[in-house]
Amino acid sequence: MRRKLSLSQQDALLGLALIFPSLVIILGISLQPILSTLYLSLFETSRGIEAQRTFVGLGNYANLLTDAVFWVTIGRTLYFTIVSVGLELVLGLAIAQLIHSHPPGWQFLRTSLIIPWAVPTIVNGTMWRWIYNADYGALNGLLYQLGLIDKYIPWLTQPTTAMNLVILADIWHSVPFIALILQAALATLPADLEEAAAVDGANALQRFLFIRLPLLRPAILVALVIRTVEAFRVFDIIYVITNGGPAFGTVTISYLTYLESFSFGHVGRGSALSFLISLFTLIMAFLYIRVLYRPEEQ
Amino acid sequence: MRRKPLQTLLLFALVLLVLLFVYLPVAWLVISSISTRAELLSTPIHWIPQNPTLQNYINIFSPGRSTSEVAKTFRITLWNSFVVASSVTAITLVAGSLAAYALIRLRFPFRRSILLGILGTRMIPEISLVIPLYLFASTYRLLNTPGILIITYLSFALPFAIWLMAAFFQTIPIELEDAARIDGCTRLQTLFQIILPISSPGLVSTGLFVFLTAWDEFFFALIFTSTVAAKTVPVAIAEFTGRYVVDVGSMMTGGVLAAIPPVLLSLIFQRYIVSGLTAGAVKG
Repeated sequence: MRRKLSLSQQDALLGLALIFPSLVIILGISLQPILSTLYLSLFETSRGIEAQRTFVGLGNYANLLTDAVFWVTIGRTLYFTIVSVGLELVLGLAIAQLIHSHPPGWQFLRTSLIIPWAVPTIVNGTMWRWIYNADYGALNGLLYQLGLIDKYIPWLTQPTTAMNLVILADIWHSVPFIALILQAALATLPADLEEAAAVDGANALQRFLFIRLPLLRPAILVALVIRTVEAFRVFDIIYVITNGGPAFGTVTISYLTYLESFSFGHVGRGSALSFLISLFTLIMAFLYIRVLYRPEEQ
Repeated sequence: MRRKPLQTLLLFALVLLVLLFVYLPVAWLVISSISTRAELLSTPIHWIPQNPTLQNYINIFSPGRSTSEVAKTFRITLWNSFVVASSVTAITLVAGSLAAYALIRLRFPFRRSILLGILGTRMIPEISLVIPLYLFASTYRLLNTPGILIITYLSFALPFAIWLMAAFFQTIPIELEDAARIDGCTRLQTLFQIILPISSPGLVSTGLFVFLTAWDEFFFALIFTSTVAAKTVPVAIAEFTGRYVVDVGSMMTGGVLAAIPPVLLSLIFQRYIVSGLTAGAVKG
């Protein structure tokens, strides 16, 4: 017996049909692999990616969590994340404010900011690696000609310096992203609140801290979360600028995972590491979704 | 409130400072690409090349016998990048806009969990997927093919596209759709004849972001491709620094060529970039 579906049933069917292709793709190339990573992390594999496996349960995790190298790497990754994202936020906010105050040339500046953001990460890294070159690099050349150094410095041979210079390259790439988001948010803020506060005698700093900053909070928080997640899993720029060196001094958690899985052949251990990265990221994602969903629920 | 001249001057000085920070590294990249090897390796540095040359560009576009292997194959990697990025963009735009429309405008079981799940997968790092995907690729002989890159890039591109399109569809007034329905359009007619045409800014901005992200991608390309059959530009550039003799001029030229498409696209569509950043980030 045939009967006509109600309108809402038709909508439901159509909805499922429209979402079906995307759902299949996402289940196949994201959900299935992440579950298999979890599965692989329960085995010990020492001779490459297709070698024999022995079940070790949570052994890989236990080994990692008691391994000094793991904690040093986590510390280094947190250093990279906190320093780069912190500086990027401060500089990005400052540049957004600068654009918002409409000085001469602000439109040209806003357009120019798109360039570092659009330059591919690998090109960005290669460019800075050449700038930092010990013998012929522009950084040495510039500082030498300005009289700030009296001989060329091999910048990338000292771990802390190397890490800070990687951070500088990351800042060049990412400050524009934050500045563009925040200046767009600034442009939508109502002007009357600040004018009223000015009439009531609030000075510029008070207006910034107590009116503008709270209004910008959603935009800041989101930029912060996106950048934190990205920075915590940094890989590309380190691969090109330092290759993890000197003496593993710039190896971050993603880089360690890459080395374990593809250079040392410790696939189980690499899987455990990458699953831990995902776990951290999912916590950040949870935060992200909460931040983004709040306006709708109000 | 009028600004004092001194204050304006100070702000302008800050603008110049930021512009220097933005342009100096890029300028050095371009200058290095048109300098001769001798000038690049001179001390003190020649900031302005005395004998600018396009030889590095010529080497890439019409390689001679003495050209290095990476420079010779660079053109092919540009093409590979283009094929991969455009295919990913086309697939995500079709699948992503249909899914986003359903998630925003239709009521069906598990809608909210699916939406949250998709947002969640957007956050899974590539490195957590790479080992199973590598095993899959090697089982089905997909290593060193553009196909494996197109498939795996969907893992980040598709959730991203759904997210951006969903944010965009939310801004379209529902009254528009109701009016079309009253005039006798079916859901699908409404979607294809009313909603998608007026969504073209959203489609352009989503397509642009997906293309740029795919063009930029390095990690999957590094793991899944090692021959010229599928190697993309970022991998080729990284190889200039790696196992081959460091040839700074070609490396910088490769960098300039790899940066031109995304930079030009972003400048041409800058209105969409800023609105896309705001939609993806600020919009709820």
